[in-house]
Amino acid sequence: MSVPAGPYLTEDGRQIGDVLMEMKNITLKFGGVVAIKDISFDIREGEIRAIIGPNGAGKSSMLNVISGFYHPQEGEVWYKGSVRPAMKPFEVARQGVGRTFQNIALFEGMTVLDNVMTGRLTHMHASVWDQAIWWGKAEREEVFNRDQVEKVIDFLEIQAIRKTPVGRLPYGLKKRVELARALAAEPSLLLLDEPMAGMNVEEKEDMSRFILDVNDEFGTTIALIEHDMGVVMDLSDRVVVMDYGKKIGDGTPDEVRNDQAVIDAYLGVPHE
Amino acid sequence: MAPKGGYLLNVTATPTGDLCSVPALLRRNAREFGDRSAYREKEYGIWQSWTWSEALQEVEWLAFGLLALGIERGDHVAVIGRNRPDLYWSMIAAQMCGAVPVPLYQDAVAEEMAYVLEHCGARFVVCGDQEQVDKVIDVQERLHQIEHVLYHDKRGMRKYDHEHLNWLRDIRDEGKASHYRHEHELEKREAELTYDSTCVMLYTSGTTGKPKGVVLSNRNIIETSKNSSEFDHLRADDEILAYLPMAWVGDFIFSMGQALWNGFCVNCPESAETMMTDLKEIAPSYYFAPPRVFETQLTQVMIRMEDASPLKRRLFRHYMGLAKRVGPKILDGKPVGTLDRLRYAVGEAIVYGPLKNTLGFSKVRVGYTAGEAIGPEIFEFYRSLGINLKQLYGQTEASVFIAQQPDNEVRADTVGVKSPGVEIRIADNGEIFYRSPGTFIEYYKNPESTASTKDAEGWVATGDAGFFEEGSGHLRIIDRAKDVGKMADGHMFAPKYVENKLKFYPDVLEAVVLGNGRDFCTAFINIDLTAVGNWAERNNIAYASYQELASHPKVLETIRAHVEEVNISVAQDDMLSACQIQRFLVLHKELDADDGEMTRTRKVRRRIIEEKYADLIGALYDGSDSIYTETEVTYEDGRKGSISATLQLIDAATVVAKYQQVAAE
Repeated sequence: MSVPAGPYLTEDGRQIGDVLMEMKNITLKFGGVVAIKDISFDIREGEIRAIIGPNGAGKSSMLNVISGFYHPQEGEVWYKGSVRPAMKPFEVARQGVGRTFQNIALFEGMTVLDNVMTGRLTHMHASVWDQAIWWGKAEREEVFNRDQVEKVIDFLEIQAIRKTPVGRLPYGLKKRVELARALAAEPSLLLLDEPMAGMNVEEKEDMSRFILDVNDEFGTTIALIEHDMGVVMDLSDRVVVMDYGKKIGDGTPDEVRNDQAVIDAYLGVPHE
Repeated sequence: MAPKGGYLLNVTATPTGDLCSVPALLRRNAREFGDRSAYREKEYGIWQSWTWSEALQEVEWLAFGLLALGIERGDHVAVIGRNRPDLYWSMIAAQMCGAVPVPLYQDAVAEEMAYVLEHCGARFVVCGDQEQVDKVIDVQERLHQIEHVLYHDKRGMRKYDHEHLNWLRDIRDEGKASHYRHEHELEKREAELTYDSTCVMLYTSGTTGKPKGVVLSNRNIIETSKNSSEFDHLRADDEILAYLPMAWVGDFIFSMGQALWNGFCVNCPESAETMMTDLKEIAPSYYFAPPRVFETQLTQVMIRMEDASPLKRRLFRHYMGLAKRVGPKILDGKPVGTLDRLRYAVGEAIVYGPLKNTLGFSKVRVGYTAGEAIGPEIFEFYRSLGINLKQLYGQTEASVFIAQQPDNEVRADTVGVKSPGVEIRIADNGEIFYRSPGTFIEYYKNPESTASTKDAEGWVATGDAGFFEEGSGHLRIIDRAKDVGKMADGHMFAPKYVENKLKFYPDVLEAVVLGNGRDFCTAFINIDLTAVGNWAERNNIAYASYQELASHPKVLETIRAHVEEVNISVAQDDMLSACQIQRFLVLHKELDADDGEMTRTRKVRRRIIEEKYADLIGALYDGSDSIYTETEVTYEDGRKGSISATLQLIDAATVVAKYQQVAAE
């Protein structure tokens, strides 16, 4: 069973829309090293799209191309129907692409609340002058943003650690705080770089539930990289498989699972 | 309009036609202190609050909405979820419509829920969130009586079939829109409520057999609330934190009965995990917690003090020593020297005050613990800080209160005097019977159980054995009545009483005291592997297994010291001094629910233990020094195996009790 070309409803009733982002013939090189070789795929509105592959396959590089951190030497990134020019990462973030990091990148000394508030930065418009005066615009904005942040905190069930400095939290919770910060920015596309890395089974289950809930409740499109095959196959609508910088598979979890090239890549076959 | 000055209500007024139901109390509160806070809930990090008049408005709209859905008089409305104002309001709204609220334990599995829902024939179910809705839908597939499911939290609910499923807010909004249509009907139904109509139905958790539905009338709830409020001088400006299960009778009395009777504010925490933070922020003046909560809090304090700086540790130790000596006396208004009072005041400023603030106990005027025995040193710790922590004895069938401790007469080993309006009788076998205005009407659809628990004159059997202490007139609970027996010489045998004393030692995990019909008492003891293992590590004692540690001579010596201390304490008690332990052994394995030796809630099953370890019991009574035994064990994956051990049987010194002294003379 493959995915229909136009908008459709998934088995569990979620709406999958048109193409939100499309990668066209992307090639990324670092000097002589070719990290990504001529890869094309798309991400559609409302879906959970996974990028998988063995170590060094180029998954994180791909995610960094999407988030605007790397600029591919060849190929085009289409976003919401037009070609995206070379941009700084913060400009990409303003366009509605949010992300979490493989190695947690939170402000360890700040509280959970403050960390999540930083996710609202792209939504703050009060000038330095407004901020200095505080009453009026800046205050209204702060109250509104705090309200948004509290809704995310409520959604991810981290109320109990709201005022706890991030440095004191266990790993699994830090990951959840990172997700909260990314969500606070209200992204249209959310990139998750190994959201379950280093977690135990219970934490993985929690995280999976939150990812599904986010997708379901806010309709957020999610692109994720993950090593745990079980998790990927359960969560995602479509999977891109990479190996040595090349795309070797693309389709629904079932299609990918039965693809000989994918099986070879994971079991290990000598490369010529 | 709020009355000026003190908020003490005229609580002596007999409930009249005006105050004969919970909805009537709500209307009174809206009238008399309409703009005072009635309910608070922390939501999105901020305490949201509703005044009494706003609460009444919400409840009315909900009631209109329920009428629009076709709620009938006498319908049962199940309420499942954590403590939230909306769920309390749903209960009052149901009462307004002449229906009966049935709060359920939210952590019950679908199977248990199915039994209760079927038994009460609920047509309406109000759920807190998706988790509860899922369980109800599960049940609904088998049980086709549930007509409407309402839910409070919208999260995750979008995809459900909403034909018979409604968001509580929508029902309220529909009620609001249709109030003209339903006003008359609601007025009529509310006017029909009398002092004897059913107020609520609560299912007892059922340690034996299926849960039973305890029917409580308005009279039960309102009179009990009134009496207990007078006893503890509760006021309209009190604050409570509603965090205990809504299905438990205590929460119904505290957060509904007493809150509405006195008009004090009910605060609902943000979530179960934030309870401690919320407790600190609210600082309730009236507080209830089971012993477990107090124990956990004390452990946390001690662990945090271990990590504190040496100066803080020294201050803490010094002032806690002082508090232990004079704190309870000061609290009870007993004479204490001026110097000690001054030192205590300094301690209050630098240790006790900040500590109480952290724990959320700064403003506690009245605090209760009940449900199981609380360790005397835990109890004393809180009292020495100046927290008026007391004990009470009660059960669902009594609308909670049977006995409670008055201020200044608080002790760790009694449950206090008769609650106001309660009569207590002790039967010949020691069983406690009571009769009170709070005595339940009946067990729903279960006349046999009703008849066997409550006699024609209204006396209710508690199933607990106890006695009134001479002099103080305080009630003391000994044990479950069926476990209480007689020794060969006719003295009372109450195993739980002695076991609890043993279990207060951290080294002792479990104890089983034997001696019914015998000449003297003996005991099986389980050591606590964490506590004893920790001790072994500190003292360089190597061990490979539980069994090896349990038979180490030094461990046995320590346990013997504990047993002998317990004997001294048991000997103080004239009635129970025969229960001193003369011989004991430390078991080679932990008592385990998998082996059927305990229930899942960790209560020992005496019958089974007596059968299974008959050889050990024999050895304890025939005077041998050691015994070789083999025991079958069940591993976690269900496989069976057996372990063998040679156990030492140890003699413990006993104390000559007063009655024996008299006899000897």
